[in-house]
Amino acid sequence: MSNIKYILGSFGDPDEMMHGIEKLQENNIKIHDVYTPMPIHGIEAKLGVKRSRLDIAAFFFGITGTITMLTGVYLATVVDWPINIGGKTHFALPDFIPITFELTILFCAFGLVGSYYASTHLFPGRAPRVMDLRATDDRFIIAIDAKQNTEHTKIDELLKGAGALEVKHNERKYVSYE
Amino acid sequence: MSGHNESILREPLITGKDITYAQITNDILLPVENKPNRAWWIGFIIALCGATLWVVAVSYTFWFGIGSWGLNKTVGWAWDITGFVWWVGIGHAGTLISAVLLLFRQNWRNSINRSAEAMTIFAVICAATYVVSHMGRPWLAYWVLPLPNQFGSLWVNFNSPLVWDMFAISTYFSVSLLFWYTGLLPDIATIRDRAIGMRRKVYTILSFGWTGNVKTWQRFEAVSLILAGISTPLVLSVHTIVSMDFATSVIPGWHTTIFPPYFVAGAIFSGFAMVLTLLLVARKVLGLENYITMFHIESMNKIIILTGSIVGVAYLTEFFIAWYSGSEYEQYAFINRSTGPYWWAYWMMMTCNVISPQLLWFKKIRTSIAATWILSIVVNIGMWFERFVIIVTSLHRDYLPSSWAMFYPTWVDVSVFVGSIGVFFTLFLLFLRVLPSIAIAEVKLLLKSASEQSKMELIKDGHLDKEQVAEYIESLDKFDSVKQEEYAKI
Repeated sequence: MSNIKYILGSFGDPDEMMHGIEKLQENNIKIHDVYTPMPIHGIEAKLGVKRSRLDIAAFFFGITGTITMLTGVYLATVVDWPINIGGKTHFALPDFIPITFELTILFCAFGLVGSYYASTHLFPGRAPRVMDLRATDDRFIIAIDAKQNTEHTKIDELLKGAGALEVKHNERKYVSYE
Repeated sequence: MSGHNESILREPLITGKDITYAQITNDILLPVENKPNRAWWIGFIIALCGATLWVVAVSYTFWFGIGSWGLNKTVGWAWDITGFVWWVGIGHAGTLISAVLLLFRQNWRNSINRSAEAMTIFAVICAATYVVSHMGRPWLAYWVLPLPNQFGSLWVNFNSPLVWDMFAISTYFSVSLLFWYTGLLPDIATIRDRAIGMRRKVYTILSFGWTGNVKTWQRFEAVSLILAGISTPLVLSVHTIVSMDFATSVIPGWHTTIFPPYFVAGAIFSGFAMVLTLLLVARKVLGLENYITMFHIESMNKIIILTGSIVGVAYLTEFFIAWYSGSEYEQYAFINRSTGPYWWAYWMMMTCNVISPQLLWFKKIRTSIAATWILSIVVNIGMWFERFVIIVTSLHRDYLPSSWAMFYPTWVDVSVFVGSIGVFFTLFLLFLRVLPSIAIAEVKLLLKSASEQSKMELIKDGHLDKEQVAEYIESLDKFDSVKQEEYAKI
């Protein structure tokens, strides 16, 4: 048994990479992940990445902002320090629509981006888990776990056949660690 | 992805021969990975002088108080609020390009959104400095926030448009920053993976550990779309609220319901003009002609004609309504604006905002870089005068003729304004040096479908309608980055 941990198929063209994914899947070879320098449309369906629920989260963060502002203004202008302005109602709702709207957007945006960073493990200073340094530049990388899929020569042939410019056998998972 | 070709009638968004994914990265990162050239240094030193002037003028204001400005008891608001509204307006184009054009699936936004968003952020910073510096006691700036306090829990006045404005501007700034930075993550990762040593460490921290795997990209697109969806009403609300600073008062010339749409159109108008002012220089100095093409310039000019005409209609509507209202104070405010002591400011505004942008109806002018650049600066001058006219001419002759006065700026007024332009350019030039000025990942998306070379391949394949091909080649005439001889050979 060799020490190879991951096999990387490095493609120069997104369509060829998609073709490579199809080939591997036809042969029941499980794909660990795919790294690309740009979003590839339709790839998530192929790899079985589920639909994002961030939109639902965003809605509830937004509603939280709406409720927070209306509650806060009510407490300030009615409960805590009511001011008589020409005998008008203390809770002058039309006046509070602009700020309620702003707080809705603010909560929605921060909640959404915060959830996104949390769910994809993005935060300042996180050690990047990079398998191939060119995946953020001009290469489209398919990574295959070499321990689970033992037919290495077959994988190589499939990747080459689909148009991979290079096939790497890496003994380390992440090249970005020194 | 595959098998889908864009119509040949659409003009290319990336020009040039033999452009590859690697080439795009190299071209865009050229200013980031190399020492700056002479043009950058000259610009930076001038901008830095401006920024220094700003520090001096604002420090002088803080030390001696607002009395160092040319305000008097009739004109209590002048260059400060003019500068504030001008900067906020300029900021609007960035959000319009990044959010509204994303919702409308306008792919040409991909190569200009990054620098336009940066411009938004720096413009809003400049605007925010006005808010603080005009306060008189800037160290109490936190009083605008609804914080619990020791004054018998006295709250801010939630009925006041100035408080709404504080909410609007701070939300706008922070949401724009989030949108911009999230979009930057993949490109910072690109710089990180090409760098070594200290640079790599810094960009590693900034990149948040981005790797570009499938799930992150898919969520990234979802986040971008939702942020665009919420930023669109946000950007409209911000200038609406800015206009309410005036419209909710009872000053003739301010108290009109047309203000919100009129201010929003004006904001987009001035913002696009500023984008053009910056990008026409940046594309030349940074050699980005293949990514910011004549098509982009022409499209922006078309938006300028549209919004400039909306602004023109708004000016005329204001006049009509002043007459139609039958209110003599309103009527006097407008007669005074156009024929009173500030007539020159009014006609400066009319010429720069309504008349000169109409020149862009001519294709020759719309596709000329020099003409476009000059017109974009003219628009910015005009939009500054618009705010000056609205603010000062409405205030300087109020209900009591005995207190009529003129406004004369002091050197401090002028220096704060000129200095804020210096601050803006200093920040923008630094941005060009440390971060990619074009969204690399988003431009790469266009390479296979909307680039000149992919369309050239299609023409060479020869399965296209001959008339459409002829029309396409003719449309390339205006591009300064396309060689027509290449097409003569086919």
